[in-house]
Amino acid sequence: MAKMIGAKILVESLIREKVEVIFGISGGAILPVFDVLYDAPIRFILTRHEQGAAHMADGYARATGRVGVCMATSGPGATNLTTGIATAHMDSIPIVAITGQVPTYLVGNDAFQEADVTGITRPITKHNFLVKDVKDLARTVKEAFHIASTGRPGPVLIDLPKDVQIKETEAEFPREVEIRGYKPTYFGHPGQIKKAVQMISKATRPVIYAGGGVIISGASKELIQLVEKTSIPVATTLMALGAFPENSPLSLGMLGMHGTEYANYAIMDCDLIIAIGARFDDRVTGSLDKFAPEAKIIHIDIDPSAIAKNVQVDIPIVGDVKNVLRELNKIVKKPAISGWLKQIGEWKKNHPLTYKRNGKLKPQYVVEKIYEVTKGEAIIATEVGQNQMWAAQYYQYTKPRTFLSSGGLGTMGYGFPASIGAKVGCPDRMVFDIAGDGSFQMNIQELATCVHNKIPVKVAIMNNGYLGLVRQWQELFYKKRYSAVSLAGNPDFVKVAEAYGAVGIKVEKEEEVVPALKKAISIDKPVVLDFLIEPEENVFPMVPAGAPLTEMLRGLA
Amino acid sequence: MKHIINVLVENKPGVLARISGLFSARGFNIESLAVGETENPDTSRMTLVVEGDDRILEQVTKQLHKLIDVIKVADFVGEKPITRELLLVKVSLTKGTKPQILQIVNSFPEARIADVGEKTITIEIVGEEDRIKTILDLLRPLGLKTLSRTGRIALPRGSK
Ligand SMILES: Cc1ncc(C[n+]2csc(CCOP(=O)(O)OP(=O)(O)O)c2C)c(N)n1
Ligand SMILES: [Mg+2]
Repeated sequence: MAKMIGAKILVESLIREKVEVIFGISGGAILPVFDVLYDAPIRFILTRHEQGAAHMADGYARATGRVGVCMATSGPGATNLTTGIATAHMDSIPIVAITGQVPTYLVGNDAFQEADVTGITRPITKHNFLVKDVKDLARTVKEAFHIASTGRPGPVLIDLPKDVQIKETEAEFPREVEIRGYKPTYFGHPGQIKKAVQMISKATRPVIYAGGGVIISGASKELIQLVEKTSIPVATTLMALGAFPENSPLSLGMLGMHGTEYANYAIMDCDLIIAIGARFDDRVTGSLDKFAPEAKIIHIDIDPSAIAKNVQVDIPIVGDVKNVLRELNKIVKKPAISGWLKQIGEWKKNHPLTYKRNGKLKPQYVVEKIYEVTKGEAIIATEVGQNQMWAAQYYQYTKPRTFLSSGGLGTMGYGFPASIGAKVGCPDRMVFDIAGDGSFQMNIQELATCVHNKIPVKVAIMNNGYLGLVRQWQELFYKKRYSAVSLAGNPDFVKVAEAYGAVGIKVEKEEEVVPALKKAISIDKPVVLDFLIEPEENVFPMVPAGAPLTEMLRGLA
Repeated sequence: MKHIINVLVENKPGVLARISGLFSARGFNIESLAVGETENPDTSRMTLVVEGDDRILEQVTKQLHKLIDVIKVADFVGEKPITRELLLVKVSLTKGTKPQILQIVNSFPEARIADVGEKTITIEIVGEEDRIKTILDLLRPLGLKTLSRTGRIALPRGSK
């Protein structure tokens, strides 16, 4: 066996995990690793902020289904990663973050650039490691990738003190991992599945409520089969957009706070909810006391702690969604629900998702045109705010892993770096970041990263000059007292783009939208599209926080 | 309701913080927590006594299970496990109180004298919760000065 230093063992382990790209920034406490990376067959993308690196690893993971990797130095490098790690944690995204740490003999001494990184990240990682002995390193990396990518996935952090990076040892790379405290349940209990089949066959007003778990588990095909066999309509969460084709007549689109009226009516009026890889988040259920009063609930999830957390469940099924649906599909029977489907058809006809066109530039219109011009084939990342909701509502998602958005944490600044990570993982796909003018500025520095590395993502800023979603809440619930929501002082985004060496296009009128989008797509460079939209446009429908889902505010007179 | 929860964990640094973090993040006060190595030096057993809403505690128990370093979780709800706790109690010693103190110690097999000083006597008590409470209630009026307790440990009864 060859002797290797820790840094070499780390990089060798990453190669064995088939890591093709790392996003990050170096620094004193991780220099030995960067020295090994210098001639390693792994692409390193130097970002301009560690938060960007973490979101890029996350976007890469969401778009490809593989583990994303980011790297930073100790102290400030590591603390800058934390927003990205927490974002991945809330949405169950597999990333591995590697941080340098001060040497073991200084740990706990308030050494230069020291932070208790395993302490800080404990509640925002699925697991983390401080490696104090180089002999543990290879196994730790193997375990980290295993834990990140299996069960309910999530971020794992490895904190690596500098002296461990340069310590030599006989390198031994394990092939398998065996962690006695970590045994996810992959297969659903057959008895529970049978009970579910019976309950489904007796339902008269069933709805499938699909969550991000369907995408994570790769179970879209199985979900489509279930719907083909039963004709049960499907509402998806924000995280599940693309898990079920929205152009299907049985798609209800998104449910919840900014969901479609018909999805919310259906879930509130149904007699059976089949929740699949979803967690009954408060943005989805509205007031819990009044949520779906007549519904029985079947809940399928790989994470037993997600089941019966917020609502009482009649039939819990713990297991990987894909496996459970496969078994369920073998024996499921079609319920008699023609009356229910007719009712849903009426809701859809009478309460469609619409907005008012008035000659001004409407964000909804822009998103619709992005859908048309990309033929629905793009990967869409979003920022957070109104832009995110319009992107969710007005683009029709038909395939999994095409909508990347910070659902759980709601992190402004997520979308742009995530789009870069997605484009790195899927270079042949068109990738758009549907952005807000506020959010984009939270990681705007990554323009340098994508220009320099020739990663031609397109940023479509829904520029309303406001922290728009907050302004909307202030308009509706605080008597229009606009407190610190104006973004007066915004830069000229076209000039900013150009300064970084990207292309900038300003769009002020409806008729300019399609030509601008076509031009952006035809240019093989990062492009920033600055859409000057109607400043006080709102997102509707909207269920006020804490209200039942039936109490939707509508924007149209 | 009060829950006694046993958690079998990897004997590693940081594990205690992960576990207590799950409780503190929800604003739960851990009434007592005892940790020690088990028959296998790789693992430790923690016994937590917590008071709280049953549904939330069930949720916390599930989340304990999710921790990678947790091997097994047992909530003894609805069972009567064997429990023990060790206390050291300093009681003031005067001519007047000495016979009473000795009488209490002698009438409870759970109590023993651990140390005698000029002004205080230190009593060691090992036992179950209600017996401990009875003894403390008797000692308190005699001038209970310092009390230190280990927290309860628990194991199931019989051959389980
Ligand atoms: C990092 C962070 N800070 C604050 C918030 C609170 N917040 C939610 S939406 C929003 C406004 C977003 O503004 P912008 O990006 O311009 O999007 P818009 O709503 O105008 O489309 C704010 C401040 C957040 N989600 N994330
Ligand atoms: Mg805005």
